[in-house]
Amino acid sequence: MSFSWTRVRAIVVKELRDYRRNRLVVGTMAVLPLLFIILPLIQVFNSYRHVDSTNLSLHVGLSMLYMLVIPAFLPSTLSAYSVVGEREQGTLEPVLITPIRREEFLVAKALAAFVPTLLIAYAVFGIFLAAAALFAHPVIVSAIFAGTHVLVQLLFTPLLAGWGIWVGIAVSARSTDVRVAQQLSVLGTLPLLAILALMSLNVITVSAGLAIGLAAVLLAIDLLAWRAVAAVVDRERLITGTRT
Amino acid sequence: MSKRFGERVAFEDVSFDVGYGEVFGFLGPNGAGKTTTVRTLGTLLSPSSGSATVAGIPLSAETGPVIRSRISIMPESPGLYLRLTVMENLECFAGLYELDDIRGRIERALRAVNLEDRAGDRCGALSKGLRQRVALARALLNDPAVLFLDEPTSGLDPVASREVHGLIASLRERGVTIFLTTHRLEEAERMCHRVAILNTTLRLIGRPDELREQLFSRSLDVRIGTPLEHPNVVLGGLPGVEGWEQAPSGYRLAVSDPDIAAPGVARALVGAGADILSIAASRHSLEDVYLELINEDVEVKSR
Repeated sequence: MSFSWTRVRAIVVKELRDYRRNRLVVGTMAVLPLLFIILPLIQVFNSYRHVDSTNLSLHVGLSMLYMLVIPAFLPSTLSAYSVVGEREQGTLEPVLITPIRREEFLVAKALAAFVPTLLIAYAVFGIFLAAAALFAHPVIVSAIFAGTHVLVQLLFTPLLAGWGIWVGIAVSARSTDVRVAQQLSVLGTLPLLAILALMSLNVITVSAGLAIGLAAVLLAIDLLAWRAVAAVVDRERLITGTRT
Repeated sequence: MSKRFGERVAFEDVSFDVGYGEVFGFLGPNGAGKTTTVRTLGTLLSPSSGSATVAGIPLSAETGPVIRSRISIMPESPGLYLRLTVMENLECFAGLYELDDIRGRIERALRAVNLEDRAGDRCGALSKGLRQRVALARALLNDPAVLFLDEPTSGLDPVASREVHGLIASLRERGVTIFLTTHRLEEAERMCHRVAILNTTLRLIGRPDELREQLFSRSLDVRIGTPLEHPNVVLGGLPGVEGWEQAPSGYRLAVSDPDIAAPGVARALVGAGADILSIAASRHSLEDVYLELINEDVEVKSR
């Protein structure tokens, strides 16, 4: 039996239906992006009055950093629930009894967190850019579009989401409590956010080349993380929570 | 097969076979290793030692997906997505089995468990009994060659249990091979062609009546109005009677064959002037067999 996208699709559709009816998930998906678009917009609108032109790029970078929190945190909370949550509900065993392979299960769980995260993160970024272009001072607008900010945002959104997802799934597969899994997986995203913060604050001077280079490294880390998670998560561990 | 989790033995040296179309009962106390056996046969856990063939396919890591496509396991907990409807739950699993004609399969499965009219209901709004029926419909989606039912009536009220029994009986009539894990002994006695009693190791296996005969000697229960004055004179030496003992309301006679011994016993009692209330072959239930074995194990462990 080879890798089946039909089985992956079955899990993804189920997950998306489940998210839609889960108030906690809907609340998290709504509140987090709302919070992280209001703050950067306020900062951007106020920058021209309070910030001199030399620090403008720094402030724009800082404002846009908030939006990178969305792809880092949102999928990590979703994926942290993915295994331990199902185990707690007793829904994991019936799924694993079917012909689904470990790789299909993991890809399905990852996609179910990745797709909504990417849609929300890019939608929020699009709204931010549109609002800035329409209402912010032209100097600010040119600062947003002139530097590497847009590139960083576009490149790092899916890569951060990927990292958050694999950390979340790995933690979830080894946890026995949903809340602990969610807290640990959010913690797991902090190192990457710290690097991005240094970039946004111009401690690390970002060039297009450096951004692409870091993105390539993060992509490699994401792929390695997927292999590592696939290697440590076996059916027996998923069922019993322990390795024999 | 054997299965260990570190130092802990889940089950050991378990060996049996189940025939096509057979309803096989797997009994044992809590912690006996029943669910672990089912999970191992269902390729969810790998055996620590030994081998098995499930639905005609040798058990191995490579054959896991193929075996799982030919069997179904209904776990003790229905494990339904409570925020999803019955139909959405079944659609998900039909996708996982890569079934064609998904709508038709779901309709047939729901019809089999009498739930056609509840397809649009959210599973969270269903009673425990109805959830169990949805789980059974899910297990039937792929027309399994072997259906593992793990405590299917656990926690159900008598009415819901009876409904599940009815469904199992209809599956039995359809020739589905059923592996029924339970500790409801009357359920096993009523539903199963053969049963096995597991208490980490396999203690007994056979038809319920065979097990009774293996474990208990044949006997006649005699109830009379007033005790006999000289029971040894009346009951001793009768043809087919091997011994006797006092019972709460009369006597229990060890016999080689109740049908041969009973007429002679009746004549002897009438001859002695006893008021016979009843003479009946002792009836040991599967529960007696089970308790006898489990108590033996408890005694051995306490020594």
